Amino acid sequence: MPLPDLWLGVLAENLTEDWRHGGFGLYVHWPFCEAKCPYCDFNSHVVAHVDQTRWARALVSEVERVARLTPGRVLNSVFFGGGTPSLMAPETVAAVLDAVRRSWTLANDVEITLEANPRSVEAGRFRGYADAGVNRVSMGIQSLRNDDLRRLGRLHDVGEAQKAFDVARSVFDRVSFDLIYARQDQTLEDWRVELREALSMAVDHLSLYQLTIEPGTAFGDRAQRGRLKGLPEDGLAADMYDLTQELCDAAGMPAYEVSNHAAPGSESRHNLVYWHYGDYAGVGPGAHGRLTVDGIKYATEAWTAPGKWIEAVEQGSGDSLFEGLSGADQSGEYTMMGLRVNEGLDVERIRQMSAQALPDAACQSLEEMGLLWRDSGRAGVTRRGRLLLNSVIAELLP
Amino acid sequence: MTQLSHIRNFSIVAHIDHGKSTLADRLIQSTNTVTAREMKEQLLDSMDIERERGITIKANTVRIEYKAEDGETYILNLIDTPGHVDFAYEVSRSMRAVEGSLLVVDATQGVEAQTLANVYTAIDANHEIVPVLNKIDLPAAEVERVKEQIEDVIGIDASDSCLISAKTGVGIPSVLEAIVKRLPPPKEGDPDKPLKAMLVDSKYDPYLGVVVIVRVIDGVLKKGQRIKMMKTGGTYDIDRIGVYRPAMMEVKELGPGEIGYITAQIKQVRDTRVGDTITTEKKGCETPLPGFKPSIPVVFCGLFPVDANDFEDMRDAIEKLSLNDASFTSEMETSAALGFGFRCGFLGLLHLEVVRDRLEREYDIDLITTAPSVIYKIFLRDGSEIELHNPADMPDPSTIDHIEEPRIKASILVPDDYLGDVLKLCQDRRGEQLDLTYVGARAMVVYDLPLNEVVFDFYDRLKSVSKGYASFDYQMIGYREDYLVKMQILVNDEPVDALSTMVHRDRAEMRGRAMVEKLKDLIPRHMFKIPIQAAIGGKVIARETLAAMRKDVTAKCYGGDASRKKKLLEKQKAGKKRMRQFGKVDIPQEAFISALKMDS
Repeated sequence: MPLPDLWLGVLAENLTEDWRHGGFGLYVHWPFCEAKCPYCDFNSHVVAHVDQTRWARALVSEVERVARLTPGRVLNSVFFGGGTPSLMAPETVAAVLDAVRRSWTLANDVEITLEANPRSVEAGRFRGYADAGVNRVSMGIQSLRNDDLRRLGRLHDVGEAQKAFDVARSVFDRVSFDLIYARQDQTLEDWRVELREALSMAVDHLSLYQLTIEPGTAFGDRAQRGRLKGLPEDGLAADMYDLTQELCDAAGMPAYEVSNHAAPGSESRHNLVYWHYGDYAGVGPGAHGRLTVDGIKYATEAWTAPGKWIEAVEQGSGDSLFEGLSGADQSGEYTMMGLRVNEGLDVERIRQMSAQALPDAACQSLEEMGLLWRDSGRAGVTRRGRLLLNSVIAELLP
Repeated sequence: MTQLSHIRNFSIVAHIDHGKSTLADRLIQSTNTVTAREMKEQLLDSMDIERERGITIKANTVRIEYKAEDGETYILNLIDTPGHVDFAYEVSRSMRAVEGSLLVVDATQGVEAQTLANVYTAIDANHEIVPVLNKIDLPAAEVERVKEQIEDVIGIDASDSCLISAKTGVGIPSVLEAIVKRLPPPKEGDPDKPLKAMLVDSKYDPYLGVVVIVRVIDGVLKKGQRIKMMKTGGTYDIDRIGVYRPAMMEVKELGPGEIGYITAQIKQVRDTRVGDTITTEKKGCETPLPGFKPSIPVVFCGLFPVDANDFEDMRDAIEKLSLNDASFTSEMETSAALGFGFRCGFLGLLHLEVVRDRLEREYDIDLITTAPSVIYKIFLRDGSEIELHNPADMPDPSTIDHIEEPRIKASILVPDDYLGDVLKLCQDRRGEQLDLTYVGARAMVVYDLPLNEVVFDFYDRLKSVSKGYASFDYQMIGYREDYLVKMQILVNDEPVDALSTMVHRDRAEMRGRAMVEKLKDLIPRHMFKIPIQAAIGGKVIARETLAAMRKDVTAKCYGGDASRKKKLLEKQKAGKKRMRQFGKVDIPQEAFISALKMDS
């Protein structure tokens, strides 16, 4: 029997919806940590006890609510972030993933990532996460130097991290880890040696972040009082970045985004949803989402405080914000996100969002400075442009 | 009309925060001039900027009735005067309108520089001076030491100073008695002679038009009189006469020795000149009061809106400000780089800053201020002469025969500990010493200086090298030829007219070097490297290169960051809007003034 005309219309509309260029992902935020790290400005809280059953129920309820807004979609990825999601009981993860499977069709290559602290306690739960459906872990190793781990306020040491990493490798096919560099008193040589060690450990994916001092963190307060000494000045930080590119390229793990490296084909599917400006649902305290409903793209934001969030969920919805985005908002966000990755922006796509996007004069001047390229309907930043990305984006915003 | 013997006219000389306003409030309050209900703090200061900077720009006056211990009732007129060298002429006029001063010194701080210049103006005006030591209730008060300092530094007898706390009210009666007993009444004044009154100051009131503060010398000011301003020649019919208590209160007439206000349908403050003599149109007095000087702007600069769309608002704002400030001039100007703006003239740099602050704050307009300049006389080869107000208008050097610049005679009083540094400063500014004498432990230095070396930051530097103890006054003495050239600043190879200055050829390298170094710090790094050069004609005399920014990237940016980080980038972009673009380079607003300040 042929489909009714109405259905054809909806299908046609869905095919042209912009988010399809980037896919659809689900972010689940677990807001609890055992200790707060001095550099972290994420929504994380240290509490004595978490009622896992109540939280599992709340997360499931939110997944189901969001699913009702996005019926019939294929889900490309799930990401458990935090906080410290490796403090979740495997049963909690399983409950959420069961709800996910009931709610959407999973893509054949669905990526289900969980962020984990590299400690033995957590490693003991890896098998349980895998059984629940997690197929990738991202480990917050942060440094391969004990002194620096202490300064970064981490609870693990290098030996424990390596053991946990080995466990992860034995359980999951895909394992990534994070390092923080451009740390206090770190020299270019120090970083060269440490990064070589990291590359010898790496499986197929690495996130290498320069230490950023965020306002409102312990480091931010100390920096403001002039008490955070030994941070590299911009020239050294830029040299460290260049060195990182050189070593990672040689090791077959080139950057595919500002701070993310992977063997070709092993890029994080989830993060690409953000950078390709797809749709993503955000579930859990403080989680943000971008959801296209009836052809309109909305920004969503959940209540930040865990207590407030869970009460709101139990009354129907954890969202504190659900706001339509104008074409200009979207083109601005896509510019900011899309220029982070190698393939850059789809020019036709961004002009559909806003005719004012990518002003030609600014593009031309950035091209002349060797910071931007335009080719075959795409625009992206050069390697030098990537290091100046904020300035480049500021030029391109209308 | 009050008998001369029952009038006391006085001013208060004090440093900022030493308690001038509080003392004035107490005098007003303790004589029941205002009711407790009407009393509010700092009755006399009217503008925010006056209060913030601790300076008075417009003279204010208040009439107090006081029943003294001798049983008689006296009329006390207080004039609150401006206190900065830019307004030295206005201060000297206000001082001439009264016979005595209270010298208020904070007993915990001692004498400070600002006090000195004004106390000497008071001495010049033959004032009787009553020292008043304030804040004696504070534990840190050092009454004896401060008395000694007044005697040493100022050279007046401080043995029977009034000891007060304006805050608590202690000693206020002794001040009132001292005003009556120690300050003299007006020396002369005949109600039957032709009218002769001094125009002390004037201000614009949106309801009444121009309100003129006057001090009557001879004759009687009456409502309905047809008066004449002797210098400007304007004639007006008086429609109101009154006194400030401190609110306006109408009276029938003002007789000799009295201070008050008149209104006479005067449209602009410009029509009233401080120091002018007011008389009747018919049967007026023969000779005007001595010492009148028209106020002439000596410092010029361009003011441009940062956002070109604000030009119309700026034009309105400047018109409104001009209504209340006769000494400020403006005419429209167009600059290739800055668009439409105004070339404005000021009495001095503080005056410039006050006007700019008022435009920015009261009218909410962001401004770019170009390099201040004096008026140069340019003598061309064809025998003609032009006045140059703006270095951008400098004619082709090959057509110029010679250039003359204005010079001043500067008198500086400085404790001898700082004399060496002050002499060095004057020498560095191309000064020629005219005189050096000692007054107690203080030196009186007289220098002939080019005005353009003084307009900018001379006063700030002087205060800094003398730890605030030097006082400074100047008068224009004429023009003199010198080897002057126009120095241009090029940023990224483009000349920035707003930064062009006239400099002495011998000092050009030094000034050029200082400016390009300053600009290197003031201009934020860009995505490309920027040469910054100083040049005379086509010749580069100083050069710096601002290196390109190397790293400006957010390390982490995921789904949750889309809104927050985008706001940061938008803020970054908005920050750029407070800058002006020259070619591809954004120059922050403050750079235009800061680049000219010399640190050493």
